[in-house]
Amino acid sequence: MTLPRLSIEGLTKYFGEVLVLDDISLDVAPHEVVCLIGASGSGKSTLLRCINKLTEFDYGTIALDGVSIDDPGWGRNGLYRRVGIVFQSYNLFPHMSVMENITLAPIKVHGIARAEARANARELLAAFGMDSRGDAYPEQLSGGQQQRVAIVRALATHPEVLLLDEVTAALDPELVGEVLAIIRRLKAEGMTMVIVTHEMGFAREVADRVCFLSDGRIVEEGEPGTLFSAPRHPRTQKFLQRIIEAGRL
Amino acid sequence: MSVSLPPQGAGEGADLDRGPRRPRPPARKSLTATERYVPTLISIAMVVLVFGAVALTVTSAEQWPRIARQFFDLGAMMASFPQVLRGFWLNIQIWVACLAAIMAWGLVLALLRALTGPWFAPARVFTVIYIDLFRGLPVLLLVLIFGFGIPALNLPGLPNSALFWGATAMVVSYAAYSAEIYRSGIEAVHDGQRAAAKALGLSQWQTMRYAILPQAIRNVMPVLLNLAVALQKDVALLSVIGVRDAVREAQIYTAQTFNYSSLIAAALLFLVATIPMARLTDYFSRKDRERRLQGVL
Repeated sequence: MTLPRLSIEGLTKYFGEVLVLDDISLDVAPHEVVCLIGASGSGKSTLLRCINKLTEFDYGTIALDGVSIDDPGWGRNGLYRRVGIVFQSYNLFPHMSVMENITLAPIKVHGIARAEARANARELLAAFGMDSRGDAYPEQLSGGQQQRVAIVRALATHPEVLLLDEVTAALDPELVGEVLAIIRRLKAEGMTMVIVTHEMGFAREVADRVCFLSDGRIVEEGEPGTLFSAPRHPRTQKFLQRIIEAGRL
Repeated sequence: MSVSLPPQGAGEGADLDRGPRRPRPPARKSLTATERYVPTLISIAMVVLVFGAVALTVTSAEQWPRIARQFFDLGAMMASFPQVLRGFWLNIQIWVACLAAIMAWGLVLALLRALTGPWFAPARVFTVIYIDLFRGLPVLLLVLIFGFGIPALNLPGLPNSALFWGATAMVVSYAAYSAEIYRSGIEAVHDGQRAAAKALGLSQWQTMRYAILPQAIRNVMPVLLNLAVALQKDVALLSVIGVRDAVREAQIYTAQTFNYSSLIAAALLFLVATIPMARLTDYFSRKDRERRLQGVL
């Protein structure tokens, strides 16, 4: 067995008195795609935010390629170069053009020359069908395009792990497809991804493994075929039943 | 059998085909000349009538000629105008210099206050005390303390002019307000922007400089312009410490002639400067509102 790319051990976090992550352990192999599903407030997004230190946790360890994310060896920004995140609400910088959004971190944080960063951004934009939109501002783009730009921005430093936090939840239904297509493609290219999603059909298709979270715990995990068609835990069954009733699976 | 389907089915089909049953968009109402111009003419006539009546009543009052001589003596206005205008030019120069200093110093204060971490506690405490203190004191009081008090000390190595220290008092006071305006703008930027900046590896300072501050300043620009308009008038406070601005020059003329028309001349100059500024502010506020609404829709 190869060394896991991402290794989470006994992760526990409180918000005040409330236990939001309860002793979570999860290994993600290189090139593996793990989908986290579960009801709102089950801790999925918090788990994701712990991985790239947007949120602090109280107990446990998270390691990338065997090195704890709290290791001083990462320096101030080494971790952020290797782990990218995309948010539900895109969070593009509205006062910057698409090109400036994408090249900000490479130039200012990682010290890459402007010309090189721009060439790299143009290449990525072209690869995702957005080559003509470099000079546009976020508000001039559709939600789907904005989210694609946000994905390109996260990819600009060529990370090895991509975290996706309900990236299609804010999109109009007819725009969801274009974003999912990109994620499919990233999987085909071998990107290691941890995906929080409510798109069960998509999770079933793209995930190598699905984890069902409830009350801050991984209640059940398995291959998507097994977990979706024959869930073992009553809570998983109940959750999937509700999803089916809502017509989302 | 299909022929006997209820007629509403046929109606729906026609609707989907955008057939002739769909009513055409209503033609734009064409106004006759009377409908178009009469309301405007009535408005003009009413304004002329009402204001004319007021003017007539005022000017036909028994004391009006004395009032007119005291305040609206064209000859006195013309005679005082060169000095008043020269004073007003000084007002404008002080205004521009103070405005630049206020915007910069206010920003520094706001940034100091936004610093996090225990090391910066003195900076935060300093800004809180500074803002409480100088927002709580009348500008006039500060102008008197700075403009009369500090030059009297004859401090070595520092300028001794009342103008310099009076202007400093304006900056010290107004910067407290502008710092609060900047702060409100910084706090109004959505948290997701900070999360995105941090996830990209930006430091605290880079996050502020590249992600937060440009948005914050754009958000508070109308309010800052409003402050600039208020400052333009308050520069006249420096006249109390002997700075020969428009108000001071007008007072000097009044003292010599016992005629107050020079003050009215100064007043007109202020209006000529502030009214366009106020309109400009309104314009920016409107543009800003439109931009935000666009963002929402």
